[in-house]
Amino acid sequence: MDSLTMIAVTSIITSGITIGFGAIGPAFAEGRAVANALMALAQQPDASATITRTLFVGLAMIESTAIYCFVVTMILLFSNPFWNYFIAQSGN
Amino acid sequence: MHLSPDEIVYWQFGFFKLNATILFTWCLMLVFLIGAKLLTGLLSDKDERSRWQNTLEIIVLGIEKQISNVGLSQPRQYIGFLGTLFLYVALANLFTIFPGYEPPTGSLSTTLSLALCVFVAVPYYGIKQRGLKDYLASYTKPTFIMLPFNIIGEISRTFALAVRLFGNIMSGSMIIGIMLIIAPLVFPIVMTALGLLTGMVQAYIFFILASVYIAAATSVNTIQPPSSIEQAKEK
Repeated sequence: MDSLTMIAVTSIITSGITIGFGAIGPAFAEGRAVANALMALAQQPDASATITRTLFVGLAMIESTAIYCFVVTMILLFSNPFWNYFIAQSGN
Repeated sequence: MHLSPDEIVYWQFGFFKLNATILFTWCLMLVFLIGAKLLTGLLSDKDERSRWQNTLEIIVLGIEKQISNVGLSQPRQYIGFLGTLFLYVALANLFTIFPGYEPPTGSLSTTLSLALCVFVAVPYYGIKQRGLKDYLASYTKPTFIMLPFNIIGEISRTFALAVRLFGNIMSGSMIIGIMLIIAPLVFPIVMTALGLLTGMVQAYIFFILASVYIAAATSVNTIQPPSSIEQAKEK
């Protein structure tokens, strides 16, 4: 395999692994967060406004870890710096 | 498929490129400027108030309350910076309901510059509140060994702030693009509605995190003498 094919194969496989594994942790974390928030809501319905707001903020914070993985995946797939470098090299 | 509105170039003159990010940021600035001019012209302190003044008061007081909830005791001092951050990001994300609009927050350059503003504002307010020596000493808390970690944390949280906002907005438009290929009938609208919610939540988070960072830098954490703690317990 020449270096271009190598880069293509590695980045495609790695991006799949990245988004796959990167979604596992946040999924568990969000599940726990929602479950605990539901328990808190059942016990204290009066505090629902605060709980819901904190829950949303917390969910978005947790989700950002998955988003980091997603950004890395998108960079690997659509604007891969190594790919661009070797394309420029072969152009010359 | 483009990752960010930076890649849509409308006009180019040598080094200077007029891309969608700059153009829509200018549009937002124009909206803010005209809106502020119109609204502040209507202000009155009589009993009769216009609807717009009430809206403005709700927004300003709401932001002020959120800032003081975080722990900044004088929100008026910070509302110029933090309120602008919130309103800019919120409006930039909300305008996605207009067709043809590309949110400037979906570009890493916009979010990174906003995060850099926070990065500069934190030591600015910290030094202003606590003095240079006291602020710099806070980097060596709890021990001197923590100095490099505190500095690394300061830099990495700036990047996290930028990438979080960029990734959320970019993924929203990306998902809508993919949905248009797979199921173009109803689902893109649902995802757009979800994107509006995400945009508002992200604006709130960006603003709250900036407030928390500033609050952490400005708070003077004096260690209470043990006698006063015991007195508080007895009460």
